Amino acid sequence: MPKQIRKKRIKVPEQDPEARIHNFNEVALGYTFELAIEEASRCLQCPQNFAPCIKGCPVDVNIPGFIRKILERDIKGALEIIQETNSLPGITGRVCPQEEQCEMNCVMGKLGDKINIGKLERFVADYARKQGIMSEIKMAPKNGKKVAIVGSGPAGLTAAADLVKMGYEVTIYEALHEPGGVLVYGIPEFRLPKEIVRYEVKYLQMLGVKFETNAVIGKTKTLYELLDEYDAVFLGTGAGTPKFLNLPGVNLKGIYSANEFLTRINLMKAFKFPEYDTPIKKGKRLAVIGAGNVAMDAARSALRVGYEEVYIVYRRTREFMTAREEEIAHAEEEGVKFMFLVSPTGFIGDENGHVRVLKLIMNELGEPDESGRRRPRPIPGTEFGLEVDAVVFAIGQKPNKVLYQEVPELKVTKWGTLVVDDKYRTTMKGVFAGGDAVRGEATVVLAMGDGKKAAKAIDEYIKTGEWPAKIKPQNF
Amino acid sequence: MFEITGKKELAPHIKWIEVKAPHVARAAKAGQFVVLRLHDRGERIPLTLFRWDKEKGTIELVFQEVGKTTYELGTYNVGDKIRDIVGPLGMPTHVENFGTAVIVSGGVGAPIGYAVTKALKEAGNYVITIAGFRSKEFVILEDEFKKVSDELLITTDDGSYVRKGFTTDVLKELIDSGKKIDFVFTVGPVIMMKIVADITKKYGIKTYASLNPIMVDGTGMCGACRVTVGGEIKFACVDGPDFDAHQVDFDELMMRLTEYRDEEKIALEKYLKEVQ
Ligand SMILES: Cc1cc2nc3c(=O)[nH]c(=O)nc-3n(C[C@H](O)[C@H](O)[C@H](O)COP(=O)(O)OP(=O)(O)OC[C@H]3O[C@@H](n4cnc5c(N)ncnc54)[C@H](O)[C@@H]3O)c2cc1C
Ligand SMILES: Cc1cc2nc3c(=O)[nH]c(=O)nc-3n(C[C@H](O)[C@H](O)[C@H](O)COP(=O)(O)OP(=O)(O)OC[C@H]3O[C@@H](n4cnc5c(N)ncnc54)[C@H](O)[C@@H]3O)c2cc1C
Ligand code: SF4
Ligand code: SF4
Ligand code: FES
Repeated sequence: MPKQIRKKRIKVPEQDPEARIHNFNEVALGYTFELAIEEASRCLQCPQNFAPCIKGCPVDVNIPGFIRKILERDIKGALEIIQETNSLPGITGRVCPQEEQCEMNCVMGKLGDKINIGKLERFVADYARKQGIMSEIKMAPKNGKKVAIVGSGPAGLTAAADLVKMGYEVTIYEALHEPGGVLVYGIPEFRLPKEIVRYEVKYLQMLGVKFETNAVIGKTKTLYELLDEYDAVFLGTGAGTPKFLNLPGVNLKGIYSANEFLTRINLMKAFKFPEYDTPIKKGKRLAVIGAGNVAMDAARSALRVGYEEVYIVYRRTREFMTAREEEIAHAEEEGVKFMFLVSPTGFIGDENGHVRVLKLIMNELGEPDESGRRRPRPIPGTEFGLEVDAVVFAIGQKPNKVLYQEVPELKVTKWGTLVVDDKYRTTMKGVFAGGDAVRGEATVVLAMGDGKKAAKAIDEYIKTGEWPAKIKPQNF
Repeated sequence: MFEITGKKELAPHIKWIEVKAPHVARAAKAGQFVVLRLHDRGERIPLTLFRWDKEKGTIELVFQEVGKTTYELGTYNVGDKIRDIVGPLGMPTHVENFGTAVIVSGGVGAPIGYAVTKALKEAGNYVITIAGFRSKEFVILEDEFKKVSDELLITTDDGSYVRKGFTTDVLKELIDSGKKIDFVFTVGPVIMMKIVADITKKYGIKTYASLNPIMVDGTGMCGACRVTVGGEIKFACVDGPDFDAHQVDFDELMMRLTEYRDEEKIALEKYLKEVQ
């Protein structure tokens, strides 16, 4: 009997926008078992060697394979298939830009809606977590070798998971008081509950990975000291330093980097001030400069701490926004307002030095730049002011130089990212790097992919002791 | 968790504690600081390393009770534990033998400046310390400073101890007396540092100030601590906390320090009510 084709995606239950802007609970509630089976049944089960979804996934998750297991109601089996290549499905299922990756070329797209791969992946992870289901862990016997990992973001966590399973003794050094990198300080609770990150960290601890929080490498310990103590070092230090535009008034009160704004709210729980000690300024109107995921997170968090009118201010047009589709849609539903083709030119403060006006100028799109996107050009005479109580800069981040500012052996690019070759080897023997530290701002799943490949390369290096005389830089 | 192993009240609302934190003690250098968080609901606050002992694995901090977190820390006793301490953070103060070095400190700037004073002395400088306090009962660390200074000039705002006047008056007199000064380091209230910078600029004396903006992470990740130095944005936690005082926009720093004044008041009042 030919299989019946269901064109429409099975809807994911979500919190109502009216209600959710008053809380930090997760917006997308996720599939129930029954809904997951319905969605899974839409998949055409393309053969593994052909399936375009797998080709679109940076870590090659066997998508038809795990979807079949869902249909067989074998969640443990589904989890095992996913975890062959992706150790953090509860996280990627939530935050991957699926529309540009696994879901982009899904064959079902030709007949109707693409399969909701991300939400199915998330379902498997959540169900397994709640039911205490774990995949069989194959642990190689301890080999007596030690690896240090710097930074506990997705790159570091993934490298640690793979290395500990290969038999290495692994220690993660993290500057902040809680592990997780951007997953805990940047991405808000309503998109990625911190409970999930904590679960992953506990899992790694259970496998034997040691976590040293409050340890800034370069300060608490130097990279040289780590190299004395360990057989290899992996740097997953991310791209955590925020950029500002040096415009008149940029240091007025009420002007934040997205990192500060989000760290206060997520990591320090300022939305619960004064029950928690860290404050966040409240007001009526807030503008976010930028239009990526970070900007959406800042805008939606602002609504939740009580800002009534929140603007995204972006210098190009809608189609150039880099945020995930789901985030843009959620932001719109929640009432975030978008202003396109405008650039900030400065800020005006009140007598107390608090920002009151964001000065803007209108743009037109000119010639394409290096990235192929048309360059915004200010139109003379179109300056105007937007009254605000706060402004958040979400215009990008660069790698944090604390670790390597005193390590001349480590070569960096003109963007401040670490130079590595195709095996994630830096220009310093025994030191590997991956994730945002080598790519600049990228994605969770790319950072994980780097962590994985680096773990393999580290294993190879420790076993053979081989290191090339010259590092051929990998282009990202 | 980091255990408190010693505690003393130095003056009203100024306390000294010793804490077991070997990871910080082993790497500490003069001019660096830590960021601590008392408990799971706590704020991260920066405090300068006053002294440290690599063998014992302890660090010493001196703090003034000014708001919720410092008041609460003031209630911690020997045996109590601080949830998180990260450090040492910031660039160590650049120390060399300049010749004659003058340290100008005001109030709790004194403990912040102590480690630098000691380091300058050990580097061979002729060290003159000018330490200003509100009144006699707030004078702290006199003996400690005596040991690491060739001259110690104390002044009180009200004249209740040694002499009446501000540190900046003493600095001016010192310069006017014809003394050759090669380097000035200043730490304390922003307004005082600003006046120090104004004075030494006129005479072309190289001057560094230790800045104390609001911080969150202390690792260069948030930009809360940004200050303007020579027209450029700098992050005090990683580029500083010491900067060329003649380049610093002190007015902006003063303004930025008041950002959370309303919230700080709410937090402190709530806390004081709870403990009463
Ligand atoms: C607000 C926000 C939203 C985002 N949304 C998405 C999304 O929806 N989907 C997506 O795929 N990607 C998203 N990203 C990007 C994604 O989070 C990053 O690409 C990813 O986290 C990079 O991982 P990483 O492991 O390289 O580094 P990070 O996650 O940045 O972790 C680096 C860690 O290293 C630590 N560290 C740095 N220096 C030192 C040192 N010297 N010593 C010790 N520790 C150190 C840091 O404290 C940090 O914890 C978002 C980013 C932000 C900021
Ligand atoms: C590098 C550095 C070193 C410092 N060293 C010392 C020290 O050795 N001894 C000492 O007594 N104080 C020191 N300070 C100041 C100390 O950090 C603040 O007094 C403390 O954060 C106040 O916290 P609170 O909750 O008690 O008060 P709050 O109610 O938060 O604030 C009271 C006052 O402290 C300032 N302040 C608030 N939060 C911060 C913050 N995160 N960072 C800096 N200032 C803040 C505010 O401007 C306000 O005027 C240092 C500050 C910096 C930046
Ligand atoms: S890891 Fe990301 S890209 Fe890959 S299948 Fe999962 S959601 Fe899709
Ligand atoms: S491409 Fe789409 S339909 Fe084909 S296997 Fe992948 S998810 Fe299923
Ligand atoms: S305190 Fe966050 S960057 Fe300095």
